[in-house]
Amino acid sequence: MSAHTILGRLGLALGVFLIVSPAILFFLWMISLSVKFEVDNAAYPPVFWPEHFAWKNYTDVLSSNRFFTYFKNSLLVTGGATALAMLVGVPAGYGIARMAAHKSAIVILIARITPGLSYLIPLFLLFQWLGLLGTLWPQIIIHLVVTVPIVIWIMIGYFETTPIELEEAARIDGATRWQVFRHVALPVAKPGLAVAFILAVIFSWNNFVFGIVLAGRETRTLPVAVYNMISFDQLSWGPLAAAALIVTLPVLLLTVFAQRQIVAGLTAGAVKGG
Amino acid sequence: MSTIVEQVSGAASEAAAPERALRPPSYWPFVVPALVTVLAVIIFPWLFTIWMSFQEWKVGSPTAFVGLSNYLRLPADPRFVESVGHTLSYTALSVLLPLVLGTLAAVVFHARFPGRGLLRALFIMPMMATPVAIALVWTMMFHPQLGILNYLLSLVGLPPQLWVFHPGTVIPSLVLVETWQWTPLVMLIVLGGIASLPTEPYESAQIDGASTWQMFRYITLPLIMPFLFIAAMIRAIDAIKSFDIIFAITQGGPGSASETINLYLYSVAFVYYDLGYASAIAVVFFALIVALTALLLVLRRRAQWNALGTDT
Repeated sequence: MSAHTILGRLGLALGVFLIVSPAILFFLWMISLSVKFEVDNAAYPPVFWPEHFAWKNYTDVLSSNRFFTYFKNSLLVTGGATALAMLVGVPAGYGIARMAAHKSAIVILIARITPGLSYLIPLFLLFQWLGLLGTLWPQIIIHLVVTVPIVIWIMIGYFETTPIELEEAARIDGATRWQVFRHVALPVAKPGLAVAFILAVIFSWNNFVFGIVLAGRETRTLPVAVYNMISFDQLSWGPLAAAALIVTLPVLLLTVFAQRQIVAGLTAGAVKGG
Repeated sequence: MSTIVEQVSGAASEAAAPERALRPPSYWPFVVPALVTVLAVIIFPWLFTIWMSFQEWKVGSPTAFVGLSNYLRLPADPRFVESVGHTLSYTALSVLLPLVLGTLAAVVFHARFPGRGLLRALFIMPMMATPVAIALVWTMMFHPQLGILNYLLSLVGLPPQLWVFHPGTVIPSLVLVETWQWTPLVMLIVLGGIASLPTEPYESAQIDGASTWQMFRYITLPLIMPFLFIAAMIRAIDAIKSFDIIFAITQGGPGSASETINLYLYSVAFVYYDLGYASAIAVVFFALIVALTALLLVLRRRAQWNALGTDT
């Protein structure tokens, strides 16, 4: 190995280290904050590896019965909004791809560039008028603003690449449109379904702005609950960091295990979004 | 376009099974449920917002048609004018920094090295993580006395900063978070671009004795320009709408030093419940985003045109 390639490899290693370390160090510090007692979190110079671990921070968060209400709310809102989006979005993606109705994508583009708050004002009034505030329905419905465009967008891309010949053959054999969709097109588009599902789940789970307006004390999702911990109940860092980590952990795990799908979905959406 | 495709496919199936003479299939039933949903949660709110922007509408008092007066209030509202300035500086920085760093990261991740998959997963974590959760940890890191950032500054001999607690440094500090969070998206887009490049120019450049920097500057950079424009556009759209990070860390403060249009919109709508005025802000804000997107598209077209001009 020549001196030149060794230098090149060292340079690459240094580059990788510089680029990845802000992300890694941040999450390591987040973990560190979450397992330390107040004494260690207020120490100067800062302590990274404490002598005594404050597992209590986690048990406190997990054992509060509010936490499970919020967890259940998050699960229902994200689950409901994702399931509904798949139900209406996947057939729509198929229909739009087969009709080559590219102009309809404009609506999705508008949804992409509209600030979430602009939906909140009219829908807030509508939910108030319908008497839905205080239930989880307003949040499930408004999360559709996030999930439906993602699912339609990604599914258009997938159905455009699946071969149409198979579908035509099935139709000649007498299959109905619905049967063709269900038994021919859908199985081929399975990877796309996974991508759409994962991204819809992540963006709905992370959503914060809809919750702060629409959620009451009993209908908070986890991100809103964590935010309320900062402003009212808690001022000590350990339990706060533990709560923050618990909220985002499902998403981080999904990122590691479904990295390929996430990257495929984001770059497809991004490139087409232009 | 669609009719041609349908005619062709219809003709093909007729040829294959003449006795059946299949009608071109209608795909409308597949689209209708989504259409209804989109009408209800996207189109209706937009129309309602536009209509409300012409009303005097405060929660608890009767509404009245006031024409354009909500819009006329905007230029005379110092808080709104100030928030436009904050939004523009925040957006400009939040496009530029991730664009530069994301391109560098893409060049590095284009190389093959052990553990690349796992490291890429770790690298994209900031943008997938729940924004409120990471905002909370950043708030702790920004703490002037107990925060790790001032400790890190002291290690390299720099004076402590007030970060998000001082009007002069709050926007750069928030941009730091935004950059940390969204550089990965730029990286992914640009990486897709680099991966699609042909290898021949590099081979001949190497024969001609070009340095790595020269190859990047004169081959890679011009070829990935379209991807950089896409990344810039997406970044601009997301940065101008940024809400979670700013709201969770500063709520627009200290004072109103980091109040962007989106945060001011939130206050007008859901703190003061001045819904008519808030709707006017929402409409103007949307127009601003559309204008920004259009501007970037024009720049992109001009850049392509210039590239064509130098080629020929």
